[in-house]
Amino acid sequence: MTVMTMVEAINHTLHEEMARDDRVMVFGQDVGINGGVFRATEGLSAAFGDDRVVDMPLAEGVIAGSTVGLAVAGMVPVAEIQFLGFAYQAMHQIVGQIARLRTRSAGRFEAPITIRAPFGGGVRTPELHSESLESQFANCPGLKIALPATAADAKGLLAAAIRDPDPVLFLEPLRGYRMVKDDVPDGEHVVEFGKARTSREGSDVVIIAWSYMVELANRVADSLAAEGVSVRVLDLRTVVPLDVDAIADAVSACGRAVVVQEAPETCGFGSEVIATAMERCFYDLEAPIERVSGYDTPYPVGMLEDYWVPDAPRIEAAVRRVLGTSA
Amino acid sequence: MVTTHPGSPASAAASGPTDDEQVEMMRRMIDANVFSTRIFNLQRQGRVGTNAPIDGSEAIAVGAAAALDPKQDWIYPQYREQYGLGRFGDELLDLIVLYNMGHPGGGAYPEHLRVFPYQISLATQIPHAVGTAWGMKVKGDPGCSLVFFGDGSSSEGDFYEAANLAGVRKAPVIFVLINNGWAISTPTSSQTGAESFAAKAHAFGFPGRRIDGTDPIEVYRTIAEARARATGGMGPMLVEAVTYRLGHHTTADDPTKYRHADEVEAAKSREPVAKFAALLGARGLWSDEQTAAQEASAHERFDGAWERAQATTWQPSDMFEHTYATPTPRMLRQRAEMIAHLAAEGEA
Ligand SMILES: Cc1ncc(C[n+]2csc(CCOP(=O)(O)OP(=O)(O)O)c2C)c(N)n1
Ligand SMILES: [Mg+2]
Repeated sequence: MTVMTMVEAINHTLHEEMARDDRVMVFGQDVGINGGVFRATEGLSAAFGDDRVVDMPLAEGVIAGSTVGLAVAGMVPVAEIQFLGFAYQAMHQIVGQIARLRTRSAGRFEAPITIRAPFGGGVRTPELHSESLESQFANCPGLKIALPATAADAKGLLAAAIRDPDPVLFLEPLRGYRMVKDDVPDGEHVVEFGKARTSREGSDVVIIAWSYMVELANRVADSLAAEGVSVRVLDLRTVVPLDVDAIADAVSACGRAVVVQEAPETCGFGSEVIATAMERCFYDLEAPIERVSGYDTPYPVGMLEDYWVPDAPRIEAAVRRVLGTSA
Repeated sequence: MVTTHPGSPASAAASGPTDDEQVEMMRRMIDANVFSTRIFNLQRQGRVGTNAPIDGSEAIAVGAAAALDPKQDWIYPQYREQYGLGRFGDELLDLIVLYNMGHPGGGAYPEHLRVFPYQISLATQIPHAVGTAWGMKVKGDPGCSLVFFGDGSSSEGDFYEAANLAGVRKAPVIFVLINNGWAISTPTSSQTGAESFAAKAHAFGFPGRRIDGTDPIEVYRTIAEARARATGGMGPMLVEAVTYRLGHHTTADDPTKYRHADEVEAAKSREPVAKFAALLGARGLWSDEQTAAQEASAHERFDGAWERAQATTWQPSDMFEHTYATPTPRMLRQRAEMIAHLAAEGEA
């Protein structure tokens, strides 16, 4: 084990995967000599050369679209979109093409493509640098979506993404790049998609979350433990595929649940989680499931963002409401 | 028609700028530089967010604005040029300060100000500018629209699609491609295989010019000519204004990681503000004392804007104000919940 920040774990995994498989190519904006604007690709161009680590022209459409052709040519593309909000410029390729390649060719062509992008906000970035688009993409069959909450999972899920025969959106918590830090297994470490992780054990209520919201859920669980409230935290890790059994087991065991997402409320992935729990656990529920989310506005300007992004007090208030212990 | 040499004289068709206009441009370039430096330094103190300094683009922003008509024309900036657009309305400074603070008032450009807010999503403003120009043409309005974008941004599909449309509709739009050598750490050689950016205009069916973007007089004349063409029904022009990004890409950037100090050193002799001051000085139109006085007045105006910005009130629920003309019922519920939650937390 080695203690690493999230961004160090990502960088380390990219190095390992490029060394393991010489078909792996990393490309995007400023990923070469600059090592990426968050330093996730630091050192790759020096280690693997400019043919495998490529600074692309500034155009997300062709960054995404060329992965299809590269995959057909036998490469394993790992593309970076500098900020998830600029995936909008690549939507027709990611959604209209990459997700459908296998379907359209009746299984002939695979898209072993990984698209990495920073996800979510909380660090006072300019407009469109803080988007949480997991539910938009989850609504596009053909894509898998991984959202690590720990550095160890960043390694395990990224290795799994790069080796997956299908396209994976690998969404990295912007706020977690340097704030999330934990023990990362040395050597081979692959985390299977579709297996949620219990981040805190507990039996009174479960908080279901993914990406950086898991960190906040953990804090709430730890602080309520002091009051004798037993809070479980379930980290979904991937939203496609979804670990339906883990959701059902946790909700049934606790009888009460709160779902936390950073995206706006309407049609967020939390709705899918709650619908799933309703289908599987209706008779075990002691209270309506609550959700904590961003509001139904575009992600706001810097001075307002702390009021928009869910924080520990909002999560804690929701937990108290489902427990019926609100002041 | 493509002129490929930076510094080539602009067409004689455009007269001016007059001496007075040149002095005015000098003042505004100094202002732009001071405002930009102040905002950059405030980020270092944690008082404003990530921002992109104007360093190197002063002559382009100021020269272009000087050749336009603030009452008739529209400007669609990227994110570096706002500092130099004071001619379109001096209240821009207050908006620049609010915007960079992350204040909800930072996008509230008043009705008469024919400048669009900061564009962060690169190249998306180019189709907007073409749409405005096209609409003006359909309505028979006088004037044109001008759009600034970078060498990097010119790789986006939005540029090609918009320029193509503009060529088809002969829209009165001026494309100002600021070639400052870099898009963060990516040099222009990784951006295009073409002989120049200006050469691309040929394929769209309108002229492209490559000019010295460190010379405000050349910028002024070229834009004046492009404007005369556009408003005369002759359609768009692409102007590749060549300069050099002297500073950091933004406050979040470390340029020493990817470019040589000697390259930056060599470009310093073309620093637009000092170069123009020397030129006007040699012609007896400007002095070092005037530079000092202009800098002092710019600092004073910035101090005033900063003070006003501190006093500009806001509240968390401002975020619900402008998503729709009327908020949805669900948004009203969210707003009420937010206010109640903050009150319970003792923050309201
Ligand atoms: C669509 C989009 N993709 C990526 C980015 C991230 N980004 C911000 S500035 C920049 C480089 C822009 O270079 P250029 O257009 O040459 O303008 P300059 O900064 O040199 O003025 C990049 C890649 C963005 N803001 N928008
Ligand atoms: Mg540039």
